[in-house]
Amino acid sequence: MEDYIKIVKNGLWTNNQALVALLGLCPLLAVTNNIVNAIGLGVATTFVLVASNVSVSIFRNQISKEVRIPIFVLLIASFVTIVELVMQSYFYDLYLILGIFVPLIVTNCAILGRAEAFASKNTWGKSALDGLMMGIGFSVVLIILGAVRELIGSGTLFDQSALLLGSLGDTLSITVFDDYQGTLLAILPPGAFIGLGLIVAVKNWFDQIKTI
Amino acid sequence: MLNEYVLILVSTILVNNFVLVKFLGLCPFMGVSKKIDTAIGMGFATTFVLTLASLSSYLINAYILIPFELEYLRTIGFIVTIAGVVGFTELVVNKTSPVLHQSLGVFLPLITTNCAVLGVALLNVGQDNGFLASGVYGFGAAIGFSFVLVLFSAIRERIDSANVPTVFQGTPIALITAGLMSMAFMGFIGLA
Repeated sequence: MEDYIKIVKNGLWTNNQALVALLGLCPLLAVTNNIVNAIGLGVATTFVLVASNVSVSIFRNQISKEVRIPIFVLLIASFVTIVELVMQSYFYDLYLILGIFVPLIVTNCAILGRAEAFASKNTWGKSALDGLMMGIGFSVVLIILGAVRELIGSGTLFDQSALLLGSLGDTLSITVFDDYQGTLLAILPPGAFIGLGLIVAVKNWFDQIKTI
Repeated sequence: MLNEYVLILVSTILVNNFVLVKFLGLCPFMGVSKKIDTAIGMGFATTFVLTLASLSSYLINAYILIPFELEYLRTIGFIVTIAGVVGFTELVVNKTSPVLHQSLGVFLPLITTNCAVLGVALLNVGQDNGFLASGVYGFGAAIGFSFVLVLFSAIRERIDSANVPTVFQGTPIALITAGLMSMAFMGFIGLA
């Protein structure tokens, strides 16, 4: 039981892939100009993480050490292809917006990192939990960064939710500031770097308070 | 004709810089930029692999995937191609120059998961670039990547001796520095 609690804590906070390990930065920074994109990519990445962790740990005794990395990459690429095809058929507009960052989930180093560091040494149950927690930890950072950038950049939240939820999503969109001019910097690339820098600083600050 | 290639180069190196504007290849950008020497080594290795990988993935796409209508396997096909090119490069470098292998060897396996490599291959397909244009695009992207990587590592060496507030030490200040660099690169937008 203790093991499982440790896995949860590791994924969400201590070893958060985005904030501590700084893995998977490319999609993290690129698609977070609003919340909806962030959620879309977060869910896709979490699915791939869980699926690849489970399959790697099931086959961990059959895969020989020398060729393990190419095999892991192939497994991950297959799951990413599944995600791509599913998104093309059900969330086509979102797929177009996320663009090459859907296939690029393959090279999200966080996924290969977990396969190598965790799933290749643990049972499939633990690996599934690890994948899920790492995925959620990653998605939460995506969503926070997306929310901050969308709020500062255009003064809305959950804009374009229709891409995810269909017609139901139209009611979700919130305009927080009326008559807001928008701060272009937050939407442009520099805003992503600076925003993530501030989020990491806040996490460091929390850790510092806790130790004192 | 030549004009077009020069335009591709300028646009990939400065205007649409892969790291700072397109957010590709950030893992090595953050990971190996602590020392200038390693940054230069990584830059060379990436340039070589990226150019070769974009050429070969063009060939794979045009002569295998499209004729057999296997476009939906593009992601898998490209990642295998890239892993192959990286492995091939490692072999060649190992055989021809042990010195070079010692300095570049550690970076080579890392390049497979550099999203800039797969990104360039996918963007080439998306933009319908021909064989040569794909190569130039890959080469330009790699030069842009190396250029920014070396600049950034030089700045980070300076930051090491600066007095940064505790919570901002390490990653946060590096990210904010990258943000400022990215802002500076936005100034090139008028060029192409």
